[in-house]
Amino acid sequence: MSATQDAQAQIPVTVLTGYLGAGKTTLLNRILTENHGQRYAVIVNEFGEVGIDNDLLVESDEEIFEMNNGCICCTVRGDLIRTVQNLMKRKGAFDAIIVETTGVADPAPVAQTFFMDDDVRASAKLDAVVAVVDARHVLQRLEDTEEAEDQVAFADVILINKTDLVSAEELATVEARIRAINPYAVLHRSERCGVDIAKVLDRGAFDLDRVLSLDPHFLEHGHHEHECGPSCDHDHDHGHGHHHDHEHHHHHHDEDPHSVKSISLKAGDLNPDMFFPWINQVTQVQGPNILRMKGILSFKDDPQRYVIQGVHMIVEGDHQRDWKADEPRESRLVFIGRDLNWDVLKDSFQACAAQ
Amino acid sequence: MDGFVVRAGFLKETAYFASGEGEIVFSGVGEQKFAPHKGGLLAAEPVKDGKGLVTSGDDGCIYVCAADGSSELVAERPRKWIDLIATGPSGAVAFASGRTAWVRFQDGREKEFAHERAVGGLAFAPKGMRLAVSRYDGATLWWAGTDGAPVEMTWKGAHLGISFSPEGKYLVTAMQENALHGWRLSDNQDMRMTGYPAKVKSFSWSVKGRYLATSGANAAILWPFFGKTGPMGQSPLQLGARSDALVTTVSCHPKEDVVAVGYQDGMIMMCRFADNAEVLLRRPGKGPISSMDWDGEGSRLVFGTEEAEAGIISLQD
Repeated sequence: MSATQDAQAQIPVTVLTGYLGAGKTTLLNRILTENHGQRYAVIVNEFGEVGIDNDLLVESDEEIFEMNNGCICCTVRGDLIRTVQNLMKRKGAFDAIIVETTGVADPAPVAQTFFMDDDVRASAKLDAVVAVVDARHVLQRLEDTEEAEDQVAFADVILINKTDLVSAEELATVEARIRAINPYAVLHRSERCGVDIAKVLDRGAFDLDRVLSLDPHFLEHGHHEHECGPSCDHDHDHGHGHHHDHEHHHHHHDEDPHSVKSISLKAGDLNPDMFFPWINQVTQVQGPNILRMKGILSFKDDPQRYVIQGVHMIVEGDHQRDWKADEPRESRLVFIGRDLNWDVLKDSFQACAAQ
Repeated sequence: MDGFVVRAGFLKETAYFASGEGEIVFSGVGEQKFAPHKGGLLAAEPVKDGKGLVTSGDDGCIYVCAADGSSELVAERPRKWIDLIATGPSGAVAFASGRTAWVRFQDGREKEFAHERAVGGLAFAPKGMRLAVSRYDGATLWWAGTDGAPVEMTWKGAHLGISFSPEGKYLVTAMQENALHGWRLSDNQDMRMTGYPAKVKSFSWSVKGRYLATSGANAAILWPFFGKTGPMGQSPLQLGARSDALVTTVSCHPKEDVVAVGYQDGMIMMCRFADNAEVLLRRPGKGPISSMDWDGEGSRLVFGTEEAEAGIISLQD
C-alpha cells in the first residue's frame, strides 16, 4: 500500500453508463449546469452532438488494456489511467470526476481501473456507477445485448429515464425486469433526467446504516478507504486459465440460464480465517461470472464492521466503523453475476460462520 | 510554484520549473514567471540545444519557451490533450495525443504518425531523425524525415515511458505492469526487467549509458547495460534503499557514477554506485518528488514535488 494514499485526497469518481439515447448527456449537462458549487472534470468518449459546457472536458478513446494474459478480470481502461494521471497535475482545479462511457461499453474495465492501477487508486476512488436506461427501449436492449444487462448489473444507481413515454404498466414491467437483474441498486424514475442530482452524485457519503436496515435495495458500496484487505491479491496467478466463453447466444427465453442473477447470503458472526480463503477461492474460480459483489460483514470478536466489495476477481475490503450497541451484528453478502450456483455459495458461505 | 511540478531542469545555467497549473518559472540571473497555456500544462521537455523549453497543455497548444520569458506557439491540436513530448535533432519536436504522434520540424512542417492503439511514450534516438513510439503491444520506430516503413517491436502489454540508451544500442520501455521491457536493437533480442512493487515512471542513464537507473521500488534500481548482453542474467544495483518510502524519481549525475534519488515523502538522497555511500540532500517535505535534473557540470540539482515545492540544491559549499 502506498504511503501517499490518503482517503481525504482521493477524488470521487462517478461513472455514467447507458445506451446511446438513454439520456446520459442530458444527465451530464444537468449535473454540470446545476448550481451545486462542485467543479467537475469530465471524461467523455466523444464530443457528441449536444455540446457539453465545462472547463475541464477531455475526450478519450476507450483503450482496453489487457494484463496478465488477457483474463477479463484483469482488463483496465488505459486511457482512463492516462487521463486521471494528467488530471492529477491540476489537483486544485476540480473536486470530482465524471466518466461517461459509450453505450456499448463493458463497465467492468472502467470499474477495475479504479482498483487495479495503483496510481489511480491513490488519487481517485469509485464513488458510484450510475446507469441511465430508457424506459421505452430498455427491455429490447436487455433482450439483444449482454452489455445492456452488464450495465444494469454493475450499477449502484439506476435512473429509469423517459418514464413519460411509457404507461404505468410498462414502467412496472421495466422496473421488475431491472430489479430481477440487480435488486440492490438504488432506482430512480425520471423524465428528461429530472432527478435530484444529490441522489446520483457523491453516493459514497450515503448513509450505510440504511443498508443494514435490511432493505436490500439500499445496499450499495460504502464510504471507505480503498485499502487492500487481507483478501486483496492483485497478482492473480491465472495458471489454471479462464476460458470464459463470451458466445453471444441470444436465447429469447424468459429463463435464460445465462442471464444475470443476484444471490444474497446472510450469516451471523464469521470466522475470518475461514471467510478470506473462501472469498479468495470463490472470486478466483468464479471471477469471470461475478459482475459485482458487495457486503457488510461481522467478524467474531471484531468490534468493527467490515465492508467488502468486488468486481470479477478483484476483492477489496476494509474496516468501516464500530458496530453500534443497538445494531444487530450480522453478515450480508451479495453477488450479482451469471451462472452462479446459489446452493453451493450458500452452503460454503455458511461454513465460514464462527463457531 | 503554484501546483504539481511537472518538470524541473536546466537550460544551460538557468533553472526552469513547469507546473501542472500552467506556470513556468525560469530562475537564472533574474527570475521570469509566465503562463502561456490557457489551461493546465501537461508536459515539458528542453530543446536539445538548451535554448528553449517545449511545453504542451490541455489547451492543445505546444509552445517553445525561452529563458527571457518569451514563448512561441509552434503547433496546435484543438480540443486534444497533448501529454507527451520529445525533442529531437535540428529543433524537431514530437508530440502525441491518444493514438496519434506528430513531428514538427524546425521549418514548421508537420508529419503525422498513426498507431492502432494508444501511444504511451515518445523518444528520439541519440542520432538521426529517428522517433520511437511506445504503444500497446510494443513500440514502433519511425524515420521521421522519410516515408519508409516503420520497424515494429512487439511485446504484449501496454508500453508507456520509452528511452534509448545514450549510444543507441538499446531501447527500453516502462510498462503498465510493474516491469521494464528492453530490446537490443542489433538483433531485437527481448529483455525483461521485473521485480518492481510499483510502476516505473522515472528513468535516467548514467555516464556513458553504463547503468539505467529507475524508480518504482524502495530503492533506486540500476540495471547494468555495459558488456555484450546488457542486463540479461545480471542483478541490478539497489541504491538508497529505504523501508518506509518508494523511490519516485531518479537522476544520474552527468559526470560521476552517482545518482540522485527522490522519494515519495519528498526526501532526496545522493548515492554512489561503487559503495552505496549516501548523502542526504533534502529532508522529507509535503509530497512526492516529481522531477529532478542536474546542471551540465553536476554541481547543482533542481527538484520539484507533486505538492508545488521546488528548489535548487547546490553541492558547492
